[in-house]
Amino acid sequence: MKNYLVDYTLHLADNALILGHRNSEWCGHGPVLEQDMAISNIALDCIGQARNFYQYAAQLSGNGATEDSLAYLRDAVDFKNSLLVELPNGDWGQTVLRQFFFSGYQYFLYGALQKSTDPQLAAIAEKALKEVTYHLRWSSEWVIRLGDGTAESKERMLHALEILWPYTEELFQPAGYELAAFSEGYGVNLAGIRTDWDEKIRSVFHEATLTLPNETGMQFGGKEGKHTEYLDKLLDEMQGLQRMYPGAEW
Amino acid sequence: MEKAVEEIFQDKIDKEIRIEPRDWMPEKYRQTLIRQISQHAHSEIVGMLPEGNWITRAPNLRRKAILLAKVQDEAGHGLYLYSAAETLGISRDEMYEQLHSGKAKYSSIFNYPTLSWADIGAIGWLVDGAAIMNQVPLCRNSFGPYARAMVRVCKEESFHQRQGFEILLTLSRGTEAQRDMAQDALNRWWWPSVMMFGPKDDESQNTIQSMRWKIKRFTNDELRQKFVDICAEQVKILGLTIPDKDLVWNEATNHYDFGAINWDEFWEVVKGNGPCNKERLDTRKKAWEEGAWVREAATAYAEKRKKNSH
Repeated sequence: MKNYLVDYTLHLADNALILGHRNSEWCGHGPVLEQDMAISNIALDCIGQARNFYQYAAQLSGNGATEDSLAYLRDAVDFKNSLLVELPNGDWGQTVLRQFFFSGYQYFLYGALQKSTDPQLAAIAEKALKEVTYHLRWSSEWVIRLGDGTAESKERMLHALEILWPYTEELFQPAGYELAAFSEGYGVNLAGIRTDWDEKIRSVFHEATLTLPNETGMQFGGKEGKHTEYLDKLLDEMQGLQRMYPGAEW
Repeated sequence: MEKAVEEIFQDKIDKEIRIEPRDWMPEKYRQTLIRQISQHAHSEIVGMLPEGNWITRAPNLRRKAILLAKVQDEAGHGLYLYSAAETLGISRDEMYEQLHSGKAKYSSIFNYPTLSWADIGAIGWLVDGAAIMNQVPLCRNSFGPYARAMVRVCKEESFHQRQGFEILLTLSRGTEAQRDMAQDALNRWWWPSVMMFGPKDDESQNTIQSMRWKIKRFTNDELRQKFVDICAEQVKILGLTIPDKDLVWNEATNHYDFGAINWDEFWEVVKGNGPCNKERLDTRKKAWEEGAWVREAATAYAEKRKKNSH
């Protein structure tokens, strides 16, 4: 029997790591010093969450797996993150909009995961929820500020929306291990948090004077290992030292 | 009249009474502090770049998190320092403008490239180590806001220095390739770090006045000697070699003697001809320019909100 708990945990870890990695690319390049710190802080939170999930996945898989072997020695095809988090940062508007979509998703996901029958997952979710609550507030405020700021900022937000919206549906389209996780009791029913997410997006968009695009072609596949071209490049950079010097301690 | 207030001012300094933003101060004291604090703030911000260069390539998750937290700390230090300088009557935007135009300087050390992961260790150990040497006395600076900012900065810097040393220690106990990496980083960062203390005392224009005003407590050469003495001992734990064949303990002076500094290189980098001067400044300008629409939108939104609440 396939161990879906490991896959499910890795999926949660990969999402957090890849988003954290992307956000960390802003460090030193933010538009305002205070916001440079904020995005770096969010990156740190994400990486921290990823480490908790990886450590648990390593413990579950045995075979000498560690948080680092899972993060640094798997290929893109083994990564189970959603496509949304691996997309390039784009401008500040695109970064905060992605954060808003994803933090909104994580907020309801972790909220439900706190009731997981798996005590470890529940504990990680409880701790992470405090952080995500802030990420959601921070990114909501930015979406509103930029949506309802200047003509240029609105235009940029609409452009960002055009790029990112096609990757939102995948968050709620369950992969095999997510279906198994839900039916076995330790995972979250994605259909159950969908309405809450929609509601949150609508209310923030209303305040931001932004409108959701009409139905567009949606992109899927990341959670099952079919990624964009961007992930492989990201991993090349991230995993470089581990791959170049196998077995070395750092 | 002017004479009298100047005497009172110096008298306060001599008695170790802190000068606060609303107190009378000589214009030159104000200007010296603006120059020094803003230069220090710019160094924190530009200094994020060489290390930030390795955040996405850090070799494991623990190192990645530590490096990210460290570089974020530098942003925080920049923030405290810009705020301290603002109390002297200059805005953050004006200071940025001076940085971008090349009028204001930042520490030349950040004009060197970070070529391997070991550089992150060398920067922590040597560059942050030298910075601490410079900064601890600044906690007793005569200008209150600067001194208080430095107390917070120094607390975090010692953690930065330890993490750098620990990176090098791990590498020095690792594979041959890792030891080579560590030695190579030490070879490249040693002399620029020794130069961080600035020109020799007899060529340092600002030292005498700054010491009298207690903006400075030790001379460049005193601090440099202290740094060399400490590193010459610490390097033994690493089992690496400091690239100076003249480095030798001197019983008579109770200090390490060290070789001649290449001052030509120092002045070249100060003048803007270091390996990364242009790249660092261009990166900062790019971040600033690309962020303009974000700042404008934030201001516009805040104004709308203010209007609506009336």
